[in-house]
Amino acid sequence: MKKHIEIRWHGRGGQGAKTAALLLADVAFNTGMYVQGFPEYGPERMGAPITAYNRIGDTPIRAHSNIYTPDYVVVVDETLLHTVDVTNGLKEDGAIIINTDKPKEEILPLLNGYKGGVHTIDARRISIEALGKYFPNSPMLAAIVKVANIMKEDEFLSQMEASYQHKFAKKPEVIEGNMKALKMAFSEVQ
Amino acid sequence: MSIRERMSGNEAVAFGIKQVNPDVMPAFPITPSTEIPQMVSTFIANGEIDTEFIPVESEHSSMSATIGASAAGARALTATSSCGLAFMWEELYIAASDRLPLVLCLVNRALTGPININCDHSDSMGARDSGWLQVYAENNQEAYDNFLMAYRVTEHKDVKLPMMVCQDGFITSHAVENINLLETETVRKFVGNYEPENYLLNSDMPMAIGPYANSPFYMETKMNQRLAMKNAKKVILDVCNEFAEISGRHYGFFEEYQLSDADYALVMIGSAAGTTKDAIDNLREAGIKAGLLKIRVFRPFPDEEIAAALKHVKVVAIMDRSEGFSATGGPIGAEVKAALYDAGADVIAVNYFYGIGGRDYTVEDAEAIYQELIEIGNGTKKPEQFKYIGLRK
Repeated sequence: MKKHIEIRWHGRGGQGAKTAALLLADVAFNTGMYVQGFPEYGPERMGAPITAYNRIGDTPIRAHSNIYTPDYVVVVDETLLHTVDVTNGLKEDGAIIINTDKPKEEILPLLNGYKGGVHTIDARRISIEALGKYFPNSPMLAAIVKVANIMKEDEFLSQMEASYQHKFAKKPEVIEGNMKALKMAFSEVQ
Repeated sequence: MSIRERMSGNEAVAFGIKQVNPDVMPAFPITPSTEIPQMVSTFIANGEIDTEFIPVESEHSSMSATIGASAAGARALTATSSCGLAFMWEELYIAASDRLPLVLCLVNRALTGPININCDHSDSMGARDSGWLQVYAENNQEAYDNFLMAYRVTEHKDVKLPMMVCQDGFITSHAVENINLLETETVRKFVGNYEPENYLLNSDMPMAIGPYANSPFYMETKMNQRLAMKNAKKVILDVCNEFAEISGRHYGFFEEYQLSDADYALVMIGSAAGTTKDAIDNLREAGIKAGLLKIRVFRPFPDEEIAAALKHVKVVAIMDRSEGFSATGGPIGAEVKAALYDAGADVIAVNYFYGIGGRDYTVEDAEAIYQELIEIGNGTKKPEQFKYIGLRK
């Protein structure tokens, strides 16, 4: 019984992995789905490894546990590949998305023999090009939406624009850059 | 008309507070309940509600100020968690014995020792004998609904007792999920205006609150509190029925999930019940008659009703999310077993501990517990009391 898509996010405190999980819940909600987005709190400090989770589906979500056999894993910080077993429990018919500027061949040996889909995206370059600063969560959000086929690109972009207009009501100047980052990520994820 | 939204449990309760627009909210922040007063103070700063917010220097003071406001005749509330509740201990008993209809939005978190920010029920379960009504939620929806129903119960003339509206720290308080909200107008009409009968600011009828009551009066005060607790049962069910009319959502003392024909049942409180429901669906597909009794109202304790709902079950596991270090088990275990004994129910009952200090509880954990109950039921395993679920080997 698995009616819901389950996603696990690995990031470091301050990079916005939790925010990205909540934004993903937001956009999926806006297209009529049932959603769950929640962080797992360990020691809260900048740079510490953090985990966040999503369940998304067409039926109400009742489970309130962490996710141990995800369909997808998103790695917001590639340095975690050396310290965290990011593919632990990840389904072989699922996929992992990693923020890196390295080619896949260099990343594969770090994935403990994972045989499912491996996708990479250079969220740092995209973020710096689009926003002038390093905020990897917007590109990673676009990447998971595309890889997990959660919704179509135009629908996603229009939902995100509405969401950013609300979220950045007092900082409208950052909306354009974030939208650019999403579009670039959507087309660049490998 | 219901409004489709997505919110965390803390946002849901804060939104409910905004809709009710109570008179006074004193508060002191503590994880994971901090967001509730934070959001309410934002609503106030934005001019969306006219609640008087009193920032205080401790939980001892937040509960004291809530008591003072309630005694003065205001509709009052506060929020806290864990050690914050522990620091209110003295005032909890005062609020209850003064028969003040205030509300405490409690976001359950383990009590310190060792320090831990995650969910268990040791804070509210420790306060179970303080004379407060206690209602628990499985998810953000129930946290919201329970809050909307709270004042209708606490302010009822046959009750006049404070209520803890509890939800699981982080698991529901910080998880964003779908929720159906009611229109503010509907909420305000349902909750109604507060017209206190006796209150300190009534100059036509001067009165004392919380006076010295030595042995000639103290025991009668307690008897009256017991009576009010008993009266609350009917009031809670009446309010649930009225709430169903405006929301379409039906609540009672507890929820029965696949229980009516179940051979094996779990009894539990809070967010883990949803996880257990997923396990039950899996087991039912395999032909196993598994069921759940999820307690919503722990005070007043619905003893006869719980015993009646469980008496046909072969084996039941009563699940506690707080340690009591008692030889008769955790608080839910001891009380449910006592209820079964008083009802003369012939049910094998074990009492397990799970989720202490935020230890995760999964669908697989629940399925394994049901498998144990089957083995206990067919005699291949002896009942083992007070087992810890998910303990590291």
